[in-house]
Amino acid sequence: MYRYDEFDHAFVAARVNQFRDQVERRLSGEISEDAFKPLRLMNGVYLQLHAYMLRVAIPYGTLNGRQMRKLAHIARVYDRGYGHFTTRQNIQYNWPKLSDMPAILEELAEVEMHAIQTSGNCIRNVTADHFAGAAADEVADPRPYAEILRQWSSVHPEFSFLPRKFKIAVTGSERDRAAIQVHDIGLQLKKDEEGRLGFAVWIGGGQGRTPILAKKVRDFLPEADLLSYVTAIMRVYNLHGRRDNKYKARIKILVHETGVEQLSAEIEAEWEHLKDGELKLPAADISAINAYFAPPALTDRAEGWGELAEWKKSDPSFADWVGRNVAPHRHPDYAMVTISLKPIGGIPGDASADQMDAVARLAEEFAHDEIRVTHEQNLVLPHVALADLEPLYRALVADGLATANAGLITDIIACPGLDYCALANARSIPVAQDISNRFGDPARQADIGDLKIKISGCINACGHHHVGHIGILGVEKKGAELYQISLGGSGDEKASIGEIIGRGFEPERITDAVETIVDTYLESRTSAEETFLECYRRIGAGPFKTALYGGAAEAA
Amino acid sequence: MKTAPTKTKVLTANRLTDGISVWLGANGEWVFSLKDAFLARHEDAVAAIEAAGQQALADNRVVDVNVIEIEETASGPRPFRLRERIRADGPTIDYAPASAAQASQAA
Repeated sequence: MYRYDEFDHAFVAARVNQFRDQVERRLSGEISEDAFKPLRLMNGVYLQLHAYMLRVAIPYGTLNGRQMRKLAHIARVYDRGYGHFTTRQNIQYNWPKLSDMPAILEELAEVEMHAIQTSGNCIRNVTADHFAGAAADEVADPRPYAEILRQWSSVHPEFSFLPRKFKIAVTGSERDRAAIQVHDIGLQLKKDEEGRLGFAVWIGGGQGRTPILAKKVRDFLPEADLLSYVTAIMRVYNLHGRRDNKYKARIKILVHETGVEQLSAEIEAEWEHLKDGELKLPAADISAINAYFAPPALTDRAEGWGELAEWKKSDPSFADWVGRNVAPHRHPDYAMVTISLKPIGGIPGDASADQMDAVARLAEEFAHDEIRVTHEQNLVLPHVALADLEPLYRALVADGLATANAGLITDIIACPGLDYCALANARSIPVAQDISNRFGDPARQADIGDLKIKISGCINACGHHHVGHIGILGVEKKGAELYQISLGGSGDEKASIGEIIGRGFEPERITDAVETIVDTYLESRTSAEETFLECYRRIGAGPFKTALYGGAAEAA
Repeated sequence: MKTAPTKTKVLTANRLTDGISVWLGANGEWVFSLKDAFLARHEDAVAAIEAAGQQALADNRVVDVNVIEIEETASGPRPFRLRERIRADGPTIDYAPASAAQASQAA
């Protein structure tokens, strides 16, 4: 777990005091809304549909029990008793008062958290694989590099006023759990033939109005060159990124319009000036940051193997939960546990203050005090002994957190949509709830198998609909909500952008449409082992269009 | 003298201190319910509420001031746009604590 040093503490404290002064001057009328808006956005404060919204950074999705308790406390004291975990591994509060913001930020600083750069045209919270430091298939822990990028990018004078927001993701495995190909920069840790650590570097991915997959510009970048090379990318983007049109300002448009070959040549040319300078990462610095992320001392607990087998035999519900929500740890006696924030009929990503407290307590008791937030709006306890899985499960059941649906059709991503978001055109949450209720039967979910539904309430794609196996985009048409479906998207190492399947569906018909798609898959798959995505990639959109529209599909 | 009739409009904003949605009432105060909003039914009235909104913005009482169209129904004013209906009525969903309590753990 990264811990603040003296610089971090002083930096965050100074920012809190600065913002307190700005809020006081805004409330007294000394500064106008026009002057204040960029200042509040720099501190993660938005004005949404019903109230202000505060977005708090959870760097690379990692936090401990004390921090989670603080998030619960803020939900209880300053909000309406809950928080919303987002696809950016952040947490958002929907109802805080502007006048309370300085107090909230001060409380966050007490536990080494903040809301800096969770908004604005700057480098945002760096995201990472939620299984970092624990996954059996990991080449190296991506979080130290995400932390290095965070320190480098925080209030970076050259990159605080970019053409648009900028998102970086880091994964530590061949299996991409950080969706790096839909980020402005995606970094995949790998080793070269001589065993040296470095990165494959991808640029120009993104969703939103113009979804584009990233292009690889480096197959291997030595780890010491991380900051110099990312700086070179940022400089080329900052120079050429369009500032005349916000819809064309992201680096993905620059890559698309310039061509990756030419842009890559410019990046390499810029890097030549930088690579042997002060941005070269000394091995001692990398080692120092790595030390902060040292894995917990995991004692061997081989008794868990036998106990787990017995528990699974005696309790099918527990066995189902283990089957879906428990993944292999690098230590054979341990596991990584996904805590679903997708109860059947619930709001994806929402957790009550009591649930957050419960997760904090369980992390301390069973998981070496580590918690992760996933980009799929769930939580993870990354280091749980097999011998502790059963008591952990019992506690999760008691706290309403044991839904055994990780990766299943009810494990839906949904943005806040028009119920909260000022940018949205349509609601997302009720659509997710309705689909969740329709497919809530555990046996039916198990029969369908792996299937990712992702829902956005507007074209900005916070719900990642472009990379949903089934993506749903809410639009407004003639003053009414309409839901457009895309199929075949994926945000993993075999990333793909979903194909729009045809005209949109009214709110009361969207769940039926999803059911038609699912039924078509079930009728078309070669066996239960062929997943929805595999089946779609084999048979294409045709059978789904025919089932939905009778062969008369037309674009919405 | 009244000017030509227009679609009925109301003035809405968010309160500066907490961002809560408010509407301009008949007595010139900001109210918390659309039902209590002043209904501007002609152009002079619309101009008046727009001016009131700009003054309130300048006085740092509210932000994000907008005139919106509504229809007058038997149960009170109803915005044409869903967005404004949700602003007036609140989210169409329960908050997390309620939905978590209701949600099935069967899966």
